Amino acid sequence: MLVVEGLVCRYGKVNAVRELSLRVEEGELVTLIGANGAGKTTTLKAISGLLRPAAGRIVFEGAEIQAASPRAILGRGIAHCPEGRRVFPYLTVQENLEMGSYLRRDPAGAAEDMGRIFRRFPVLEERRRQAAGTLSGGEQQMLAIGRALMSRPRLILFDEPSLGLAPNLVETTFDIIREIRNQGVTVLMVEQNAYAALEMADRSYLIEAGAVALEGRGRELLGNPYVKQAYLGG
Amino acid sequence: MRRWPAWAWVAFLASIPLWVRNQYYLHVLINTGIFAVAAMSLNLLLGYTGQLSLGHVAFFGIGAYTSALVSLGFDLQLAAGYTFVFEPRPVWLGFLAGVAVAGLFGWLIGKLSFRVRGAYFVIVTVSFAEVVKLVALNWVDLTEGPMALNNIPPVTLSLPGLGELTFWKKEPNYYLVLAVCLLSYAVIRRLVQSRAGRAFIALRENEALAESVGVDVTRFLVLAAVISAAIAGAAGGLYAHYIKIVDPDIFLFIYTVVMVIMVVTGGKGTLLGPVVGAVIFGILPEILREVARPEVQWIIYGFIMILIVFFLPEGIVPAAASWRKARAASASPLGAAGERA
Repeated sequence: MLVVEGLVCRYGKVNAVRELSLRVEEGELVTLIGANGAGKTTTLKAISGLLRPAAGRIVFEGAEIQAASPRAILGRGIAHCPEGRRVFPYLTVQENLEMGSYLRRDPAGAAEDMGRIFRRFPVLEERRRQAAGTLSGGEQQMLAIGRALMSRPRLILFDEPSLGLAPNLVETTFDIIREIRNQGVTVLMVEQNAYAALEMADRSYLIEAGAVALEGRGRELLGNPYVKQAYLGG
Repeated sequence: MRRWPAWAWVAFLASIPLWVRNQYYLHVLINTGIFAVAAMSLNLLLGYTGQLSLGHVAFFGIGAYTSALVSLGFDLQLAAGYTFVFEPRPVWLGFLAGVAVAGLFGWLIGKLSFRVRGAYFVIVTVSFAEVVKLVALNWVDLTEGPMALNNIPPVTLSLPGLGELTFWKKEPNYYLVLAVCLLSYAVIRRLVQSRAGRAFIALRENEALAESVGVDVTRFLVLAAVISAAIAGAAGGLYAHYIKIVDPDIFLFIYTVVMVIMVVTGGKGTLLGPVVGAVIFGILPEILREVARPEVQWIIYGFIMILIVFFLPEGIVPAAASWRKARAASASPLGAAGERA
């Protein structure tokens, strides 16, 4: 479904990603793990078009997208759930969700999807008229996921979905992501929490210094001595 | 205390010339209205998209000069032996030309600077205003430089059956300014409540996120710059035909500062904020004039500004809205806590 080949991304003269290659098959849940600054977030930004790669190819469903705009890429079915500040704080919950369907031309379908998201996350419906900035961290995360779903994507990129969340909410978030995958949406996720990321993934890539250091099925990597020693604290 | 509905406000404003007979008071209100239009235009950029146009007076001045020149006519010696003569045109055409030319410059500045935005936009707009001022000062053939454009004709309206009405007096000018104020308010309101307005707010709050949901950031910033500049140009046109003289001092930096103060104290990113700010800082100088010398007045403004920023950092309008909400919440058993105004 998605193929990244020889991706190179630079910030000024610094190479954040050097010759990174990976692939994601339809229906998979793939995770990228690695230390801070390894180039995971940069890779996601390059895929969603927020960052123009210096070299390499990104192919989504047979079409090259490395030079496409974020709008065009979103239009092809890739949604990005960025890390950090996840919502528009002064827009209401409902307006945030509407922003997710910004490019869609079928208001009826978008309204239907919003209804589905409200059924899945009733707390969002209760607070639909409330400014998103007044939600708790966990609710904001649900809103961000809901917003990504509003574009009816076929591939969702999640960047550090557990960052800054209380432990019980981290588990809920991962459950939601599994559920999204089970409904047929392909997921590519960057996650600091290596144990959880490997456990839930079909396949994982270990990124080090801007390139893939290891690749394998999630459970295989869990048992890999190097991964254990360097990333799982054992 | 109940809120006045919008039509009641409009009726009140429209009734003012019927009971305010003092020409000086009307003059102050007309000036305030012109500044309100300019402040509303600045608010579209500063309040809704978060971009600070510190050269906003340039668009105001361009509107004033364009409108004045089109209605006065001018001739330019383009090459030896060839002079381009522009015959005077009706004032309404000049006014529209001022709006259009200001909007065109807004597009140009937006295109030039929004690829980088933020601090660069501030620098580009400040420089732009200074360059335009130098042009107005030195292109004497066109602008008369420091000798100023004089005898600018007032607005003329031909009414079917009633003949021509020329706006010499304060009253018709008051209504004209009021009409442009209401129209600008309506245009901005329509815009910020549309899909485009949602995009403005989204990119102000979180540009990367806005881009990732598919908002074409540069396109919307340029759109905001064009409309903002065009409305500022309209304010400039009103000014030119009311004051009837335009000189390069119209581009003074202090006028931009006054607009920014009006927007910030009134409440940036709110529809009424710039209007409230313009009323306060349009009328206050006239009240203070009786009791304080100009230098002292500036100190007093500065002091008021500091107090407002310190105690009402969001501005007067948002503060009033949350005060009203708090009262409503304590009055009704259900409460309005959590609901957004």
